[in-house]
Amino acid sequence: MNVLSQAWGWLTTSANWSGSDGIPTRFLQHYEYSAEAVLIGALIAFPLGLLTGHVKRGGLLVTSLANVARALPTLGLVVLLVVVMGVKFRAVMIPLVALTVPPILLNTYEGVRNVDPQLTDAAKGMGLRPWQVLWRAEVPAALPLILTGFQFAAVNAVANTAIAAYSSFGGLGRFVIDGLATTDYGMVAGGAFLIVIAAILNLVIFAVLRKLLISPGLRQKKPTT
Amino acid sequence: MISFVQVGKTYPDGTVAVAATDLTADSGRITVLVGPSGSGKTTLLRMVNRMIEPTSGEILIDGVDVRSKSAPELRRGIGYVIQNAGLFPHRTVLANVMTVPRLLGWSKDKARERAMELLTTVGLEESHAKRYPFQLSGGQQQRVGVARALAADPPVLLMDEPFSAVDPVVRKDLQTELLRLQSELSKTILFVTHDIDEAIQLGDKVAVLNTGGVLEQFDTPTELLANPKNEFVESFLGLDRGVRRLSFFSSTGVPLRPEPVVARDAPAAEVLARRGAQPWLLVVDDGHKPLGWLTAEQVPADGDLTKVAVGELVSYGHTFGAATDSLRAALDSAILSPSSRAVGVAEDGRVVGVASVEELVPAIRAAQSASVPDTGHGDRGEPGDRVEPGDRNDREDRDDNPDTV
Amino acid sequence: MRSAGLFPHIPSYLGTYGSLIQQQLTMALLSVLFGLIAALPIALLCVRYPKIYPAMVGLLTVIYSLPSIALFVLLVPSTGLTQTTVIIPLSVYSLAALVPNIVEGIRGIPEDVRLAAVAMGYTGARRLVAVDLPLAVPPIMAGLRVATVGNVSMVSVGTVIGVGAFGALFTAAAQLSRSDLAVTGIVVIVALALACDLLLVVAQRLLTPWNKRRSA
Repeated sequence: MNVLSQAWGWLTTSANWSGSDGIPTRFLQHYEYSAEAVLIGALIAFPLGLLTGHVKRGGLLVTSLANVARALPTLGLVVLLVVVMGVKFRAVMIPLVALTVPPILLNTYEGVRNVDPQLTDAAKGMGLRPWQVLWRAEVPAALPLILTGFQFAAVNAVANTAIAAYSSFGGLGRFVIDGLATTDYGMVAGGAFLIVIAAILNLVIFAVLRKLLISPGLRQKKPTT
Repeated sequence: MISFVQVGKTYPDGTVAVAATDLTADSGRITVLVGPSGSGKTTLLRMVNRMIEPTSGEILIDGVDVRSKSAPELRRGIGYVIQNAGLFPHRTVLANVMTVPRLLGWSKDKARERAMELLTTVGLEESHAKRYPFQLSGGQQQRVGVARALAADPPVLLMDEPFSAVDPVVRKDLQTELLRLQSELSKTILFVTHDIDEAIQLGDKVAVLNTGGVLEQFDTPTELLANPKNEFVESFLGLDRGVRRLSFFSSTGVPLRPEPVVARDAPAAEVLARRGAQPWLLVVDDGHKPLGWLTAEQVPADGDLTKVAVGELVSYGHTFGAATDSLRAALDSAILSPSSRAVGVAEDGRVVGVASVEELVPAIRAAQSASVPDTGHGDRGEPGDRVEPGDRNDREDRDDNPDTV
Repeated sequence: MRSAGLFPHIPSYLGTYGSLIQQQLTMALLSVLFGLIAALPIALLCVRYPKIYPAMVGLLTVIYSLPSIALFVLLVPSTGLTQTTVIIPLSVYSLAALVPNIVEGIRGIPEDVRLAAVAMGYTGARRLVAVDLPLAVPPIMAGLRVATVGNVSMVSVGTVIGVGAFGALFTAAAQLSRSDLAVTGIVVIVALALACDLLLVVAQRLLTPWNKRRSA
């Protein structure tokens, strides 16, 4: 209760809502880091997932890569890169990207690979070129799974951008780390609350994306038991 | 016309999928490739649109080598229907049918108009156009598959076991529908199936393939049923090929006698007179439609048939169309009735006359000696009397091992 | 210790390699275990009442997206600077990763197998133990692997509240600007995670001998 009221006090203090270390700035920063990490991760993982899924080869490579990336401790990576490179944008981006790659890669690979072979056969048989088979048949059919991969990538990014604050980076994690250092628990709890809001907002964004991008033809109910 | 010239396919590991095969699928006809699994029938079909490349020989469509165009270009000019239709799940039925015309650069309006027209052609309703594939039954999906293949009006249609995933009743509908479509469109159709009944029913010519891609016999269905070239073909055709062959002969030669037919409200004198001459009487209603059989002993002594409840009459099984159905339908009608008599009806359902099994024999003899059926396609539009659903199920079960019938 | 470069002397206040490995694995694996124990009844409930499943998936996704650092810190007032504070959030993550896999695993059992089991007279718990769960092992193991690898790695975040096992090396690395400590921490953690993963793969082979020919 005490912490909650402290958090409430911190969140409602107007001074915390302005300036270069105010809540809106930190919030945007947090999203900027996360979005950038997802984007870069997608640039690496999406084409690789499409390729391996389309040719139905390289499953071992994909799963091993994803497994190693998952095993990397984000905090350690952030610290290492900051010690080596100094407080630079890249030092926080590399660990975050490492987190966005596995879900995008795995889901794209599995999604495309498991598209009904009858569908690709029919598409090819109608005269779609390999590129068209990929974009007009495989990707749309695999889109639900692919989007789930992107969602998990974004979830990882938003959650771990908070960790980046451990090494002097901005974002909402700043409040948690700084509050901890100054034993201002109102700030810690308020920051944590804001991160939770960011995470939920992230889920809402993906729910909207799913609604917009996925064909109603793929929204069929799975047979329930 | 699709010509296979010494076409063969051997995989790198030495497996022969298709032995050097010569085969010609005539223009405007249905050519069926039938055989057990591993007989290379699908491989042969898929070589036509270059889904598989042969390792020897060449394939010509109307004299032109299929390799003279790029594969995608070639495929846009050939309709392709597969087992589960392979519809795009993320596109509406209409958009699915519009696929190839759009690939060929047709305008959206023209493609849409064509697609709507085709949905009607294949027996779907306009309301289906906006639906997604998962909202359709298997049979409807397959109809969309056919419409999609026909969309750009290709002269050649490749159908790879298109009806084998639907239940027997729906399959029968789809087969009927295909024959109706073909009578209007006259496409050059290459049709693959493992079901010999389907092959015989649909094919103008049937190629029977054996394991290892060996073409055992290529003939018209009647010739196949009458003169199987070897034991493999004979066993693949099954034990009742003689009876099935009768499907290709019209029942017009069957002598239909009107004498045993009597109206339920006929005068007593007439009833009694007929009772004397016939062991079985067929009672008809006032519209001259059959009600059932009555043995001479069952006829009331006063000749008043209205005293006999309709439920007491002996079932007449099923009737056959005197002018339209096959000899097989007539024979079946006779065998199924406890009276051993077939009931021939006109198109309006009125009884024309009856014939006993014995009276059918001369017509059957005549058919046996004829090598070419006298009615061409005969009753092909009505597969119902050819293939009984039970019969079908047996066929499905022996899918993998045709020799164990 | 193969080379002094990769395994440098670590400041004695942090403990020894052995004690750090033990702490890391204790927290990570206990979390997976607790997560699994809690996930089973929830998953079975979702199988029994399919209507609650979509809502459950939504809830689990929200939980999964909560940042560990925030949860650790928020728990400090209640559970203090202890391993419990680390174990609770990690257990919840494991639970979130496992429930969908268990549900899909049981749902994915072929209908004919299920019907055959029912027809032979299997009922309730007996069928679950004898038929449903063994056949659902592959997806459940897939979930366990994801949870285990993630947890082994994520335990190190606990260093923000002073209970991070190898995470302590990262704190020390940041404070002393010693990249060698960070590298060592990363290498050991990745190795531990992959070793656990390998053990799970072996365990799966042993648990489901009927799947061998497929994975071979």
